Amino acid sequence: MSKEKRSPMIHLAKRSEIDPKAAWAIRFGSVIVALILGMIPVMITGNNPIEAYGIIIKGSLSKPMYIKQTLKVAIPLLGCALAIAPCFKMRFWNIGAEGQITAGAIAASYFALYWSDKLPHIVLLVVMFLSAIVVGGIWGLIPAFFKAKWNTNETLFTLMMNYIIIGIVAYLQGGPWEGRKGSQIIPMFAKNARLPEVFGVHCGWIIVLVLTLLMHIYMNYTKHGFEVAVIGDSSNTARYAGMNVGSIMMRTMFLSGAICGIVGFITVSGANHTLYSGVANGVGFTSITVAWLSQLNCFAMIIISMVLAILTKGSNTLQTKLAVPASISGIVTGILLFCMLGCEFFINYEIKIRRNKEAKV
Amino acid sequence: MADNCAVELRNITKRFGSVVANSGINLQIKRGEVLSLLGENGSGKTTLMNMLAGIYQPDEGEILADGKVVAINSPKDSYALGIGMIHQHYKLVDVFTAAQNIILGINDEKMDIKKTSSKVREICQRYGFDIDPDEKIYNMSVSQKQTVEIVKVLYRGADILILDEPTAVLTPQETEKLFVILRNMRNDGKAIIIITHKLNEVMAISDKVAVLRKGEYIGTVNTCETNPQKLTDMMVGRAVTLNIDRPKYADPKPLLKIEGLTCVDKEGIKKLEDVSFEAMGGEILGIAGIAGSGQKELLECLTGLYPIQSGTIKFDNDGEEVNLVGMAPMQIKNMGVGMAFVPEDRLGMGLVGSMGMTSNMMLRSWKNGKGPLFDKKAPESLARKIWKELEVVTPSTSFPVRRMSGGNIQKVLVGREIASNPKVLLSAYAVRGLDINTSYTIYNLMTEQKMKGVAVVFVGEDLDVLLELSDRILVLCGGKVSGIVDARTTTKEEVGFMMTSIGGKGGEV
Repeated sequence: MSKEKRSPMIHLAKRSEIDPKAAWAIRFGSVIVALILGMIPVMITGNNPIEAYGIIIKGSLSKPMYIKQTLKVAIPLLGCALAIAPCFKMRFWNIGAEGQITAGAIAASYFALYWSDKLPHIVLLVVMFLSAIVVGGIWGLIPAFFKAKWNTNETLFTLMMNYIIIGIVAYLQGGPWEGRKGSQIIPMFAKNARLPEVFGVHCGWIIVLVLTLLMHIYMNYTKHGFEVAVIGDSSNTARYAGMNVGSIMMRTMFLSGAICGIVGFITVSGANHTLYSGVANGVGFTSITVAWLSQLNCFAMIIISMVLAILTKGSNTLQTKLAVPASISGIVTGILLFCMLGCEFFINYEIKIRRNKEAKV
Repeated sequence: MADNCAVELRNITKRFGSVVANSGINLQIKRGEVLSLLGENGSGKTTLMNMLAGIYQPDEGEILADGKVVAINSPKDSYALGIGMIHQHYKLVDVFTAAQNIILGINDEKMDIKKTSSKVREICQRYGFDIDPDEKIYNMSVSQKQTVEIVKVLYRGADILILDEPTAVLTPQETEKLFVILRNMRNDGKAIIIITHKLNEVMAISDKVAVLRKGEYIGTVNTCETNPQKLTDMMVGRAVTLNIDRPKYADPKPLLKIEGLTCVDKEGIKKLEDVSFEAMGGEILGIAGIAGSGQKELLECLTGLYPIQSGTIKFDNDGEEVNLVGMAPMQIKNMGVGMAFVPEDRLGMGLVGSMGMTSNMMLRSWKNGKGPLFDKKAPESLARKIWKELEVVTPSTSFPVRRMSGGNIQKVLVGREIASNPKVLLSAYAVRGLDINTSYTIYNLMTEQKMKGVAVVFVGEDLDVLLELSDRILVLCGGKVSGIVDARTTTKEEVGFMMTSIGGKGGEV
């Protein structure tokens, strides 16, 4: 024979299909692996990891007070994950949620600061809500417009837009909206401009739960949702079916920005009662994790955003109790994301080990 | 063994699964000679050359370099033997300069851009290339990029060059320039193989022609002893009888009138030039041509998916004539122009691979009905109807179509398009990759539509099928209409000849 060709011992092969049950088993396994890996940094700090996980759970769920605080963290995460879900479904990588939240927060804050004595409570809140939708939506629309017209890169564009709007807040903070001169702080909102509480937590939670239901319907049962799904699979097919890809892209990004705007409104009116440049507080980025971990399933987002909120809130307790840095929650979240994304690889590919040499024909 | 035989292939066979791409092929490539490898699409030219380039390995047979049996297991081995292949799709890094691209991947040499540049200049001077080694790739024209690819293999010391359809993207002037360079290299003692299906170029450049047909080696002839007609005969072979039923429609009426249609792509290259024809209701108009002669663009122009530079497309909408030029697909649909389109790229354009049959039916009807919610009932029942009538093999109507077999995917697509009761049915390579039975199902569906008075446009690649299925055949050559012939009276040779040279000897019908 002219040549002896050996295939390697181990190689990867693309799976043609996988049983959904097996896929979920792999996903569940990856969460377990992530939790186990998450123990390592705790052990490095010289603590018992099992005890640490216990404290995280206790510190976030054991008292009504803790639960309220955990919910406050979960609300914006869930809202924002809902906002970026249709973009990601369309494969439009909107990582500018941070900026769109901030844009909505600015609009709501304007009315909170300058119209609170002129409008009654409910009317003021509705005006703040609507203005946040419009401004957040426009902030999301801009990168989509450029993408549709000149095919700019949406990832970079939306990211850059974040820094612009955060800069604008910093300017307002130190300039026109500054409270006491030299304080660099915008004054607290009047009572009139604050969201009422329901069961001890600002009513933002009702808003995001309603949004969850609406977004689920939007993505799965509406004409718009169908268009988004088709574009996500193949924009050529969308064109073939007579869809105007550019305008659908702009419409979806407006919607996404608008929901982010609502999150911004909830944050300033319900939680912070004021505006500062860090108002979004990384929610725009963390919510990408939420959306991705839930595979863009709106109801799964409720669970995932709660899990991340528990990790965040519980880690703060962990810090006071065991002097383990609170950034442990960031580490565990990171490991979780890494494992979940990594497991998609094992869902799509299988590892084949060569047993014996195949007979040559 | 001949002393100047650079590479010899003996009895090479290559299979992909059950498909035999090459079967028992023998080929000799000599130094100081240009060999053309001629054959229709899918005749196995590129596969054969990829085995020389180390991308595939033959299942049977042997490769000899300078008279010795060799194993080419990777492109590296291929380079070591002095074989360099210039692929149809260039593999260059856009943001690098020409010189940087040229030394990319050479490990055993110190990175010395200046030395490389001067060596590149030397190669350029020797053969008459016209590129600046310090120019970035993204600033270059298509022909300059090709030059970089050629210089790249020369720089690595290749003296056996394989060019895969090098002229497909070039203008006639650029082609002429390339040929001058190829002749220079030949005179320098290099062995050159060019893969092509353009007969005039074969005649102009090569010393010898090797012909493949459906994976088989037909023979090698000296270019000076042959002519385009003889080569066409070797390429297309004798006509095969398929027994496709071809009834005649009583009263064909013109439905689509296309006049002077011209369009250009993003790079400004003309894809269609002054195309005029009529498509009749009750007739199958076959469209023949080498791949990339403008078939795809023609169908996409008709459906409003490709920008048209000039010309008119007139559609007879129940006695009222409408011009479709400049309309978006949705506008055409809203005008009531029943146009069905089975595109070449089934999963990338005609269907959504990740969705099931029902959702794919919705691609044509999702806008129907008032309100923001879509109606899933009608598409669901349509999906069930197609599932049953066309015997689509799938576990359910929500099973992702991507995971179905090729034939079933095509049944879903054709079934949906026919279900819209079109007046015009456009199809591109509707039976590509399908087994015999499914192919006949598709032919019958096309003929059924024809007998209902639909104007069927059938872009095909298998001439035997076109000859037996169509009523008339329009032959495209390089974006121009080479001729329109009566499918009942023409011959395979005539159509084949018109495909490779404008006008052929066929007259208008």
